[in-house]
Amino acid sequence: MEALYLLVPLSVLIIFIAIYVFFSMSDSGQFDDMVGPALRILQDDDLPAEPDTSTGTNAATTTSTVSADPRNPPGPI
Amino acid sequence: MDTAINYNYKVVKQFTIATVLWGVVGMLVGVFIAAQLAWPALNFDIAWLSYGRLRPLHTNAVIFAFGSSALFATSYYVVQRTSQVRLFSNGLAAFTFWGWQLVIVLAAITLPLGMTQGKEYAELEWPIDILIAVVWIAYAVVFFGTLIKRKVTHIYVANWFYGAYIIAIALLHIVNSASVPVSLTKSYSVYSGVQDAMIQWWYGHNAVGFLLTAGFLGMMYYFIPKQTERPVYSYRLSIVHFWALIFTYMWAGPHHLHYTALPDWTQSLGMVFSIILLAPSWGGMINGIMTMSGAWYKLRTDPILKFMVVSLSFYGMATFEGTMMSIKTINALSHDTDWTIGHVHGGALGWVGFITMGSLYYLIPRLSGKKAMWSVRLIDLHFWVATIGIVLYIASMWIAGVMQGLMWRAVNLDGTLTYSFVEGVKATYPYYVIRFSGGLLYLSGMLMMAWNTFMTMRGAAPVRARIPVAFPAHAQAVPTV
Repeated sequence: MEALYLLVPLSVLIIFIAIYVFFSMSDSGQFDDMVGPALRILQDDDLPAEPDTSTGTNAATTTSTVSADPRNPPGPI
Repeated sequence: MDTAINYNYKVVKQFTIATVLWGVVGMLVGVFIAAQLAWPALNFDIAWLSYGRLRPLHTNAVIFAFGSSALFATSYYVVQRTSQVRLFSNGLAAFTFWGWQLVIVLAAITLPLGMTQGKEYAELEWPIDILIAVVWIAYAVVFFGTLIKRKVTHIYVANWFYGAYIIAIALLHIVNSASVPVSLTKSYSVYSGVQDAMIQWWYGHNAVGFLLTAGFLGMMYYFIPKQTERPVYSYRLSIVHFWALIFTYMWAGPHHLHYTALPDWTQSLGMVFSIILLAPSWGGMINGIMTMSGAWYKLRTDPILKFMVVSLSFYGMATFEGTMMSIKTINALSHDTDWTIGHVHGGALGWVGFITMGSLYYLIPRLSGKKAMWSVRLIDLHFWVATIGIVLYIASMWIAGVMQGLMWRAVNLDGTLTYSFVEGVKATYPYYVIRFSGGLLYLSGMLMMAWNTFMTMRGAAPVRARIPVAFPAHAQAVPTV
């Protein structure tokens, strides 16, 4: 199975690259906060403020998309 | 003017429209070839319309035109919004759009003409393969360039999935498509025989794993929390999910070659890795579904969420089924039967199709400066029509597949086969008709989506989405300006 002489070293190489990326990212603090990032994307309001956005104002000027609906309090983490 | 203070929505919108259009085309071809299986006269004795040529056109159109365009659109959107910067390069981004459309058009011309490398999901001839590689590298530059200049310190988990998919597809495509050209339209693979088969399914299954799984999981991890307005159930699990997938995915390919000339131990290795894969797959599926916890009531009123949650259900089903089918004793029954087709479409129509539709229904109003789609009721109708279509499709293929497997293995007391092959084909006829009707329903849902998209985007001025003044990286709930 000569094909494996290509595929196995390639897989091993990829695994080592993945290990390197994982630890360097971990050391740089990427995985320190496991709560905030999930909430932060919800604060990015991407709905247009008004149907016509041709004035150049937009969406990203309001503060939160989290609904004020009392049945929908901020989620647990 | 599109300036540096705005997000680049233009390329996102272009890819979104392309996704919807190619979805209609790819599914139309699919329905047509499904009809050909039930009523073979529909090939009209024209070589260009024969099943063998249109089938790769269907798979290329739905995977690389519909699926990849959706991934281009959503990855460009997600990487910009979560990094809070504009795409790395407008020119390169535009190049990826037009380059990718050129690839699709060339595929649509060459495949019916019969120009093919004969490798499943990698049929396109070498000049197109080179174009794919160039466009894909440009895609990687745009995506990772945007990540590098990000203004948010943390890389949101969806970007990890998108990044892995982009790198993996580049690697798989370049290794598998290596070939020796003999003319502009014909080439031969540099690998041969069982070596070629091994490389091909290393490519084939990892393309399923990274394009149709990792890429769409990136979509899942961004658009489900956004549409639910809840953070992902466990962010920690999403990170574990990603790394578990990366460390275990690469070796499932040999399960496509059970009971072939591939060495037995290689088949067993593929089987073992396929079983291991169930863990990260279900971890991610549960993480996505649990994001809905406490917000299930939203399903009553929000058809977009229905698409998303049902897509995860199909993801769970398809990954469980795939794991089972990779076990050699089960594969002995399912191999080469229509069960495989049912399995693929459970994943493709249910998971890939539905998560894409849900995400695009989220995206389209935002790209058109609208609060919502033109008709929310039409989304609901699309959901139900498509769901019934999938159920008809996969249930008929399950029954047909198991029936074929049992008929092929049935032997008489004297050791001769009980059924000739054509008896199996004849017995499958009603299931082919049911499958065709399921596909027709799914296609009609896609047409509703196309109409809804057209009505939402019609007359909409280009949206200028301002990039907020940088969030402090680890601040909670800092309002922007």
